Amino acid sequence: MMCDDARLLLHAYLDNELDAAQSVAIDRHMQGCAACAALHADYAQLHEGFARASLYRRAPATLRKAWSVEPVAPRATQVRRPPVALAMAAGFAAALLIAAPAWWYTLHRDTNQVVDEVVSSHIRSMQPQHLMDVVSTDQHTVKPWFAGKLDFSPHVKDLASQGFPLAGGRLDALDGHTVAALVYRRRLHVINLYQWPLSAPAAAPDVAQWRGYTVIRWTDGHMRFVAVSDISESELRQFVLAFQDDATSPLMR
Amino acid sequence: MPSDFRPSAATPRSAHFEACVLPHLDAAYNLARWLARDEADAQDVVQEAMLRAFRYFESFHGGDARVWLLAIVRNTFYSLRAKSASNDAHESFDDDAHVVIDEQPSPEARALLAVDVDALQTALAHLPHPLREAIVLRELEECSYKEIASITGQKIGTVMSRLARARERLRAELSTPFTEARRHDVR
Repeated sequence: MMCDDARLLLHAYLDNELDAAQSVAIDRHMQGCAACAALHADYAQLHEGFARASLYRRAPATLRKAWSVEPVAPRATQVRRPPVALAMAAGFAAALLIAAPAWWYTLHRDTNQVVDEVVSSHIRSMQPQHLMDVVSTDQHTVKPWFAGKLDFSPHVKDLASQGFPLAGGRLDALDGHTVAALVYRRRLHVINLYQWPLSAPAAAPDVAQWRGYTVIRWTDGHMRFVAVSDISESELRQFVLAFQDDATSPLMR
Repeated sequence: MPSDFRPSAATPRSAHFEACVLPHLDAAYNLARWLARDEADAQDVVQEAMLRAFRYFESFHGGDARVWLLAIVRNTFYSLRAKSASNDAHESFDDDAHVVIDEQPSPEARALLAVDVDALQTALAHLPHPLREAIVLRELEECSYKEIASITGQKIGTVMSRLARARERLRAELSTPFTEARRHDVR
């Protein structure tokens, strides 16, 4: 490959737009061409700069308000003071723990409702100071934090090496269960991974789209998992695979 | 600008519109903001684009609502811009005129990048519109080449070369002067 070709394809390489054969060709060219390799390093740095630089401009509240037909999910649009929200969440969680047996009968609810609830929960979690109760990138800090707060031990693992660093965790309530919510990051995006025990056979992931969010649900080892994020479906699938396929995972069966 | 417009809450159409389109309001604003480079103008563009989107919602037959909306935002921006007479009519962009800058291929010529927020923001704002929209869609909106091609109505090859040019320009703007770079170059 000539440098001229490589200079152009370098960008597609950086953007993951090349097929395997072309990627290999670029790799090979850069091994032998210091100039192109240096260019690649610069562009990679530029790319990281964009990810870090918070140049994303979000729509102002007035614009959003003008286009919201009704308060869609009041929980999502109202900005509550965090202590109140946390207190309410804690109270709700405690109530659920007490009432837990009653909730076992509500397992087979309308799945759309569950997806709706998951997305609402995800949106709610994005409110200031509501994302994480325990902030740590260390799975050995996050997992023990859940001890005593749940009647099960959640699977916690850091997927930083796969591009999904663990950011923390919190308690949440979904579908009538108190659930463990793990928070992962993907560049500037947030992924919420909910899990709770469920006595049902293992099920392959199913994907749902709701209000621009992607929700992937699966069951494994008597645990129900639900991942939700605003990243693309393919990236969320990648996340789910990374979570499932981790060699250290007890989920590997 | 009919800014007091609100879709009526009663119709299922508006509820459907809201569910499909409203989640992409941030994306719409982000693109408009970087194209217009002004908050008030960006709000006007998004307001008008949302009106158009609502009006032509029947023509949206599933698919990616974000791509559909961003294409409308982009068209709205260019049509509003063409209308405002004060603007120098057309900023024509000739893809052939902006040829790839011939960089010295020697590794010693590599200038260290100083990527800080302010510098990046300024450099981005100074790009010509065709390059800016491509890089904003790619780096901030994280669109695939196919999505960018669909939003901007260009071929994927054009998208790729515009991204290449955009990054070359940003790199050139963010590079420290050659001599200074050499001083910091410890290799």
